[in-house]
Amino acid sequence: MSRKKYSVAIRDVIAEEMRSDPSVFVMGEDIGALGGVFGCTRDLQKEFGKNRVRDTPIAEAGYVGTGIGAALTGMRPILDFMYLDFVYVAMDQLLNQAAKLRYMYGGRATLPLVVRGQQGIGRGNAGTHSQSVEAFFTHIPGFKVAMPSTASDAAGLLRTAIRDNNPVMFIEHKALYASSEEVPDDPNFAIPFGKAAVRRQGKDVTIIATSLMVGRALEAAEALSKEGIEAEVIDPRTLLPLDLDTMLKSIEKTGRAVVVHEAHKNNGVGAEIASQIMEAGFKFLDAPVVRLGAKACTLPFSLVLENAVVPGVDDIHEAAKQVCYK
Amino acid sequence: MDKQTILQVYETMLTIRKFEEKALHLFEENKLRGSVHLSIGQEAVAAVVGAYLRDKDYITSTHRGHGHAIAKGARPDKAMAELMGRETGYCGGRGGSMHIADVEKGNLGANAIVGGGIPHANGAALSAQLRGTDQVAVSFFGDGAANEGIFHETLNIASIWKLPVIFICENNQYGMTTAVDSVTSVKDIAVRAAGYDMPGEVVDGNDVFAMEKAVKKAIKRAQDGEGPTLIEAKTYRWKGHWTGDPEVYRTRDEVEEWKTKCPIKRLEKHMQDKKILSLEQIEATHTKIDKLIDEAEEFALSSPDPDPATVLDNVYYEGDK
Ligand SMILES: Cc1ncc(C[n+]2csc(CCOP(=O)(O)OP(=O)(O)O)c2C)c(N)n1
Ligand SMILES: [Mg+2]
Repeated sequence: MSRKKYSVAIRDVIAEEMRSDPSVFVMGEDIGALGGVFGCTRDLQKEFGKNRVRDTPIAEAGYVGTGIGAALTGMRPILDFMYLDFVYVAMDQLLNQAAKLRYMYGGRATLPLVVRGQQGIGRGNAGTHSQSVEAFFTHIPGFKVAMPSTASDAAGLLRTAIRDNNPVMFIEHKALYASSEEVPDDPNFAIPFGKAAVRRQGKDVTIIATSLMVGRALEAAEALSKEGIEAEVIDPRTLLPLDLDTMLKSIEKTGRAVVVHEAHKNNGVGAEIASQIMEAGFKFLDAPVVRLGAKACTLPFSLVLENAVVPGVDDIHEAAKQVCYK
Repeated sequence: MDKQTILQVYETMLTIRKFEEKALHLFEENKLRGSVHLSIGQEAVAAVVGAYLRDKDYITSTHRGHGHAIAKGARPDKAMAELMGRETGYCGGRGGSMHIADVEKGNLGANAIVGGGIPHANGAALSAQLRGTDQVAVSFFGDGAANEGIFHETLNIASIWKLPVIFICENNQYGMTTAVDSVTSVKDIAVRAAGYDMPGEVVDGNDVFAMEKAVKKAIKRAQDGEGPTLIEAKTYRWKGHWTGDPEVYRTRDEVEEWKTKCPIKRLEKHMQDKKILSLEQIEATHTKIDKLIDEAEEFALSSPDPDPATVLDNVYYEGDK
């Protein structure tokens, strides 16, 4: 084990996979000499050269489309997005092309492609650099979607993503890059997709949280504990595939659930999770599932306003009490 | 062009023509549905490119892609079955006319999003470059696609990385109902190559020998590591954009004028003049291809529909790499 930052864990996995598989290469903006705005490709160009760590023009659709062609013909590209907000510029290539080609070609095409980058609040980047894009990619069949909340998960899930033969949207969080923890040194350390992590055990209420919200949910759980409510905190880790079983097992015990994400509440992934829980586990529920997510407005610049839009520890705390009728 | 290649190009053009005439007929008889975009009149472009590419080379294609697929080696029977949405079609009935692909044979697919496939050729070329092979990639697209942003992004990337890719714009004078000159900043799309520091050439796309010259030069350039080329093939689609197009945007005279430049008739005349094929041999070739297409129709019509129980197959690749 080595103590690593989330960003370094990502960088190291890319390097290890590039060492062991010559078909893996990286493309994106400012990833070479700079090593990415957040350091996730730092020094990779020194080790692997400009061919395999390729600075692209500021042409998101162009390099995603180029990555698709490379993936169709035997390569395993990792497409680096400086901010995942920029996927909208490449949406045709991502959702009409990458997501659909295998299906439309009757299964006779394979696209081992990782699209990775960071999203979310935390740097005062305002509306076009702070949003959460996962719902777009869980809605259109074809992508797998991973959202690591810790350094070790980032490493294990990214390795799985790079070795997967499907397009994977790998969603990091800018406010988590500096967080660190012990990460296994094993160059084959991988976390399978579709396996949620139970971050805290509890018998009274289940809190399902993604990405940055996992930490907030754990904080809320500590506060709840002081009031005699023991919350179980579940991090799905991948949204597609989604580990419903682990959530249901928890809810069978607690009878109550809160789903929290940073993305907009309206039509967010939380709605899907809540529905799946109700469809499969209505008999376990003692209260309606409550969803928390960003309010239905563009992410504002002001920190005061940003905090007013995105769920905080207090909001999660309140929601947990609400479903416990406390 | 050597004699054997002339014969190959001729048979490919004839196969495309007769395949599409059959598709139109079947559409009119309600035996197939959806969008069927015909390239009748434009066959020379695909046929010549197909003749000079090897199996291992790549193409990307468009909604008007039957010709490209056939020229890259697609079998008319499996292609026709796909047009009918049958299990035996190239995509098992999941893609239809606008998405015929045969990745193993280097056809990375037709693409129903205008311009959508252009960067995929870049990627195949990058892949060849990274793997150190001498493969080349060709992207076919229309005059309309040359006004999409992705065309410009792709050409820029191909140029800076000197990718072994050839961009072939089939300028058939219209994007749906819109005349190219009413929506395009330049008279010749080929001049846009200059903006990306690559050669751009205007070619008579109905002349197989003019196409031959341009395509050979572009392939050599790609294989010599000098990078991409843009070829603009001026041509014309004889049929409507879609089956049922009222064609209010052009005159019958214009269509008839272009029919006099039929690439197939031109080659037939050349072959007779040069004593490559006699009239009898030409007629025999027609009969041979008619039979091939009739068999394709029979194959498609007698093929089963896909099993609804398999509708969720292949959304994802299952299993390890
Ligand atoms: C992105 C996108 N916009 C519009 C359409 C609708 N559409 C289909 S074909 C076509 C015309 C394309 O013209 P061109 O590129 O010249 O190809 P052609 O049909 O002439 O072969 C249009 C507008 C589409 N399929 N995709
Ligand atoms: Mg056109």
